[in-house]
Amino acid sequence: MSKYKAVIGLEMHCELKSNSKVFSEGKNTYNEIPNSNVNPVDMAFPGTLPVLNKKSVYQAILMALVLNCKVPSYLYFDRKNYYYPDLPKGFQITQMHAPIGTNGYLIIDTDKGEKKVLIHDIHLEEDTASLDHYSDASLINYNRAGVPLLELVTEPCLASAEEAVAFLEEMRRIYQYCDVSEADTKKGQIRCDVNVSIMDQDAQELGTKVEVKNVNTIANVFETINYEIKRQTELKEAGRYDEVKQETRRFDEETGTTIKMRDKQDAIDYKYFVEPNIPKYKIAEEWLSTIQNSIPNLPRDRKKEYINEYGLSEYDANIIIKDKDYANYFEECVKIGIVPKTAANWLTVSIIGYLNKEDCQIKDFYLTPVLLSQIITAINDSTISTKQAKEIFNKSLTELKEPNTYINKDNAQINDKKELEEIIITILNNNPSQIEAYKNGRSNLFDYFVGQVMKETKGKANPNLTKEILKEKL
Amino acid sequence: MLNKNILELHNLLINKETTSKSLIEESLKKSHELQAKCNAFVTIIDDAKESDITKDLISGIPYGIKDNYSTKGILSTASSNTLKDYVPFFDATAIANLKKHGAVAVNKTVLDEFGMGGTGTTGHTGSVLNPWDTKRMTAGSSAGSAAAVAYGVYPFALGSDTGDSIRKPAAYCGIVGYKPTYGMISRYGLFPFASSLDHCGVLTRCVEDAAIATDAMKGIDPKDMTTWDSSDINLYNSLNKNVQGKKLFYLKEVVDLENYPHATEELKQHLENFHQTIEKLKKIGIEVKSETIDKRLFQTIGSAYTCISCAEATSNMSNLNGIIFGPAADGETVIEKMTNYRTEGFSPLIKRRFVIGSYVLKKENQERYYLNAARVRRQIVDIMKKFFETYDGLILPVSAGPAPFLDGSRKETITDDIRILENHLIIGNFGGFPSITIPNGFIDNLPVGINITGNCYKDADILNIAYNLESILPYKNQIAGGVDHE
Repeated sequence: MSKYKAVIGLEMHCELKSNSKVFSEGKNTYNEIPNSNVNPVDMAFPGTLPVLNKKSVYQAILMALVLNCKVPSYLYFDRKNYYYPDLPKGFQITQMHAPIGTNGYLIIDTDKGEKKVLIHDIHLEEDTASLDHYSDASLINYNRAGVPLLELVTEPCLASAEEAVAFLEEMRRIYQYCDVSEADTKKGQIRCDVNVSIMDQDAQELGTKVEVKNVNTIANVFETINYEIKRQTELKEAGRYDEVKQETRRFDEETGTTIKMRDKQDAIDYKYFVEPNIPKYKIAEEWLSTIQNSIPNLPRDRKKEYINEYGLSEYDANIIIKDKDYANYFEECVKIGIVPKTAANWLTVSIIGYLNKEDCQIKDFYLTPVLLSQIITAINDSTISTKQAKEIFNKSLTELKEPNTYINKDNAQINDKKELEEIIITILNNNPSQIEAYKNGRSNLFDYFVGQVMKETKGKANPNLTKEILKEKL
Repeated sequence: MLNKNILELHNLLINKETTSKSLIEESLKKSHELQAKCNAFVTIIDDAKESDITKDLISGIPYGIKDNYSTKGILSTASSNTLKDYVPFFDATAIANLKKHGAVAVNKTVLDEFGMGGTGTTGHTGSVLNPWDTKRMTAGSSAGSAAAVAYGVYPFALGSDTGDSIRKPAAYCGIVGYKPTYGMISRYGLFPFASSLDHCGVLTRCVEDAAIATDAMKGIDPKDMTTWDSSDINLYNSLNKNVQGKKLFYLKEVVDLENYPHATEELKQHLENFHQTIEKLKKIGIEVKSETIDKRLFQTIGSAYTCISCAEATSNMSNLNGIIFGPAADGETVIEKMTNYRTEGFSPLIKRRFVIGSYVLKKENQERYYLNAARVRRQIVDIMKKFFETYDGLILPVSAGPAPFLDGSRKETITDDIRILENHLIIGNFGGFPSITIPNGFIDNLPVGINITGNCYKDADILNIAYNLESILPYKNQIAGGVDHE
């Protein structure tokens, strides 16, 4: 990018997985029926009090440790006070003074190589209710009120939309791998605020920061950043940089642009103070080390392992780690003895292809690694051809019967030279005129004979062996 | 019959000399009588049903509930127009516990709106009058509860105490007011005023009843993270005649007459009475000493309290916007509806406190006001804890005299002189300390009280000292006699 560089910071909100909400016994499950997962605390009936969900704290600390953050000795919360119809208490319980993690970093892979993304902080808070606006009314759904939310704030250290997206994708995978969130944007489980400014390549001072709120898909984050860079650059080029204001904007999906919401001077004073109803809680060192030890193998580590130890291409490794369940499937295959490259081929081509076509999850995929290995073993034994393997794969999935059902003597490949010779001799004896024509130069008739053999054997003849014998006999 | 204490009533019930039904009928009758006289109730539960008599001392016995407790199926207004029609669908934990023990609620008592006030005059149903003299205030905010217990409507009523809201009206009404250690009784279902200072508690006519009622209400509650396990404490069983060697202290800067160059006759009598009580305590083997404090620091108690309580209140009451409960207000936009609801619903006094609360929490003001107030609180609590290493409790007179007139003809003006005297009960809220007021005399035929405050978790000790003091004073179980003005 020309004479300017962009400086980008992200705030990423992620809803956590748990049985109950972060401060109440209300259920935390995705529910289609509005206002079915609520209890008096979620709706802030007078006299209700927050009760902290220990699992949410565990998950928050786990993520803080994954992001190499410093975890405070005492856990406590703050109130962020403001009025809005989606906020039943009139304040949100969050962490301002002592976030669960501060000063961390995460190393990610980008097109341009490794990048260390600096994490300002990560903190635990509660989600608001959701609002649906109609022309004559707005409806409030309290299912989401009190759902545990982790907010991650990066330093302004990202330089492009591509980097921002790479970071978000990596974070989403980490949430999934750590099993703390489904991190599903379709369910609104991930929401971002994006801060963008531009500055001269050689400048020391940062430009004017614009905040874009509530960008709800990763693709929109990409568009938002590029739109803002373009908008700010054009104004700067035109000598109108003073029109870039420190303000809050929102992304408009229809036009692909950002629209001003409010000025910096209209920023709300949230009047933070310590939440008095949740006593300070000492985070024991032993608990921290227990959590540290429970961090699973993360996607980037797995990817390195796949490339360095299993010899996969980076391309294949990237496809496999994209989804924790793919990676687990792959690793299970390797564990039961399937050659890693073979497993990767099956997974990245046939299996993912099938899953995409049928729009289903690998968790629900009928052919478990053990069943898949039946097919792979049969190929290795030359019991079936790769073409047959493909057919058995499909048949097995259609009829939900294990591949071995179809791998038996009946459909086993005919590899026996003697048996094939007999069949071929009979065919040749029955086709004297074609032999004549072949010998007179119609070489394409060779394929005709191959076809006849396949027809006779119902496709079970080993094709290479068939060709070999035919060449001999003709 | 309801002028009797819990134990006496329990024995009558067990011996079938009376029934729960007849106690409730009598209590309801007295409720209506007092309502006409003093306006003590928001709701009288005329269809209250008797309960079975068990070994539980409070089974079958009527009691009153301050109207800032959530009561399932019964109007709970906090004496505010914002909740004038609010009928909760769940019981506060303290209420659920009392139900479990068989006590029967017969009315909901008037308070200063949301507990924010010390006069008993700001409830949406009007002022509560003092049954000893209906031209006088009861003080607040547990105004109706104090009036009803003093009048003999029942042996106990629930109160809540954020600054002195149980202990001051108890003194003005000549009864016992007790606020246990913070977290001993669950606050779940108590409409909050200032969460870090709010306490549930009880008003009774004797220390035994305070112990019995609290035993039934207390306990760790999974719905309130600030509660603690007190299952090894039985306050009633801990009362005994042994106070030998107990040590109390008072603050010279509060009780020495020389601190008050302009003392009224009332104040002189009040302090004189206090010192007489101290002499009596010494006679039963309790050591009482004079201690000295930094007067300037302790004079800031009131301001620090205002900053902290108003800050928490403005946040705690942000749920009152008319969207989920309460009578929704009109308005073009949702923000307008919320604004109108709050503008119409809250009294000017509360709004003033919200403004103070918002002001002290503002980013540019927090350090100067809210955080400094928190530092004052911390310093005072530290000083008290230091004292409690030597002493079992602090003993001081409540307020500067008996209940003031309602019409303001002798206005309660807090001058610098009496600032600490009027505000020292707040120390109990700052530290979450157990604190009890009992009657210790009369001035102009009006009751006055004395307060004992001890260290956290030492409830049994404090109650026992109060119990022994009560036994050598002639005011135990007294019923408001007094003057009735039309």
